[in-house]
Amino acid sequence: MIELLIMVIKTTVVFGIVLTHVAYTTYAERKIIGRAQARMGPMEVGPHGLLQPIADFIKIFFKEDIVPINAEKFIFQIAPLIVLIFTMINLTVIPFTSNFILADLNVGLLFILASASVSVYGIILAGWSSNSKYSFLGGLRSASQVLSYEIALGLSLAGVVLAAGSLNLRDIVIAQHNTALGVYAIPQIIGFVVFVIAAFAETNRAPFDLPEAETELVAGYLTEYSAFRYALFFLAEYVAMYIMASLCALCFLGGWTIPKFITDILPFLDKVPGIIWFAIKVYAFIFLYIWVRATFPRYRFDQLLNIGWKVLIPAGILNIIIIAIFKRFAL
Amino acid sequence: MIYFIFAYFCLATLGISIMSLTRKNPVHAVLWLLLLFLHVAVIYLFLNAEFLAMVQVIVYAGAILVMFLFTLFLLGARQLPKHKRYTSILEGRLLIGLSITATLLAVFSSIKAEYSGKYTIKYVHDVGNTKAIGVMLFNEYSLAVLILGVILLIPMIAVSVLAWRRKDDTS
Repeated sequence: MIELLIMVIKTTVVFGIVLTHVAYTTYAERKIIGRAQARMGPMEVGPHGLLQPIADFIKIFFKEDIVPINAEKFIFQIAPLIVLIFTMINLTVIPFTSNFILADLNVGLLFILASASVSVYGIILAGWSSNSKYSFLGGLRSASQVLSYEIALGLSLAGVVLAAGSLNLRDIVIAQHNTALGVYAIPQIIGFVVFVIAAFAETNRAPFDLPEAETELVAGYLTEYSAFRYALFFLAEYVAMYIMASLCALCFLGGWTIPKFITDILPFLDKVPGIIWFAIKVYAFIFLYIWVRATFPRYRFDQLLNIGWKVLIPAGILNIIIIAIFKRFAL
Repeated sequence: MIYFIFAYFCLATLGISIMSLTRKNPVHAVLWLLLLFLHVAVIYLFLNAEFLAMVQVIVYAGAILVMFLFTLFLLGARQLPKHKRYTSILEGRLLIGLSITATLLAVFSSIKAEYSGKYTIKYVHDVGNTKAIGVMLFNEYSLAVLILGVILLIPMIAVSVLAWRRKDDTS
């Protein structure tokens, strides 16, 4: 009974921390994009606009929940929940430090891929059930985009699994720490680049945000949504960004550890708690997300599919072949 | 407690399959199928086959069903076709029903309820489910895996040939 209580408290703490992060990521995004475009970003609510996320939250949750009259009512209403639940569930298998993990699964990496592939149903169904051309096209685009880029994502992670010899995220980090370089991003540079690009496409972020391309599709699958259902989609997108950033930190950047050759030179860095290294890596990846959004124009849809199938998948296969040769001959 | 959870998943699997088969709207049928695949994944977990459970979700729910939905959307199918099909005549129904029953009987008669060979509970527990499957597939059934790979490659080539378009062809 006590164990169950501790589990519930741990889960609440993790979800609370992540949701706070999500709220302030929207603020960071507006500030950073503002700076990139020589603006100030939000400044009105609180000092430097620091209370802006709370104001947005209050506004959006007190708006009227509108369901279009010709929509498939039930599916329209549960679609945002599908996206949010299957994204949040990923937080349970992520090891934040060497001993803080909610559920230590043997197949943690596959679990994340599996729930990511189920959460896309929410987007497809949102597009279909809205009964609107724009939503429907957004949903279709999302289906083919996620289907194509999931292969590239899986291939790039397969290199990591091959090198570490485990699907358990904690074992991957430990195996990584025991290599000479301490991170997989350097020996598996091809896989790393493929992963980063595929992660952008998996989370429907710029420059691959075609399912919600506002220049063509109004807001894509979100067009008919309003109030808190819209907010749930938004929440899920940012949680998914954090999941991908954590996955990148764990699989390619060494998770909560830092390379051994650095601690050999600067021994006092060993005293820094692991969660800080993990947080720094995750924040860096989130910053990259925002930076890319401020910098790159959106791709066309055929360009997106060409990149996925003709560049990323062959590159991912090449990465696996290289890793397999290295692993076989223990170079 | 665990028996009640197992009973729920068994009964729900049956109920959901019936729901999926009887829906008039094809999109609803696919959604029930999605729920079915998730339940089947949990039944795999009861067998300690966590790798199979995850693959079940990634491959069937994540890839194949999305393709189903995609096709349904592209064809704009809102309802099942009304005209006569081979399943609406008695011989067709009998043929399908009897062949499925025969297959099930053949499968059930060859199931053994005990563990045989070197793949004991202890072995699987020691090396992990994922590794046990990998070792078995690539050592004992390597030829079958290769043949499966070729079988999957042929439709890929066929699709590429169907979709082939020369550079100067703008139609």
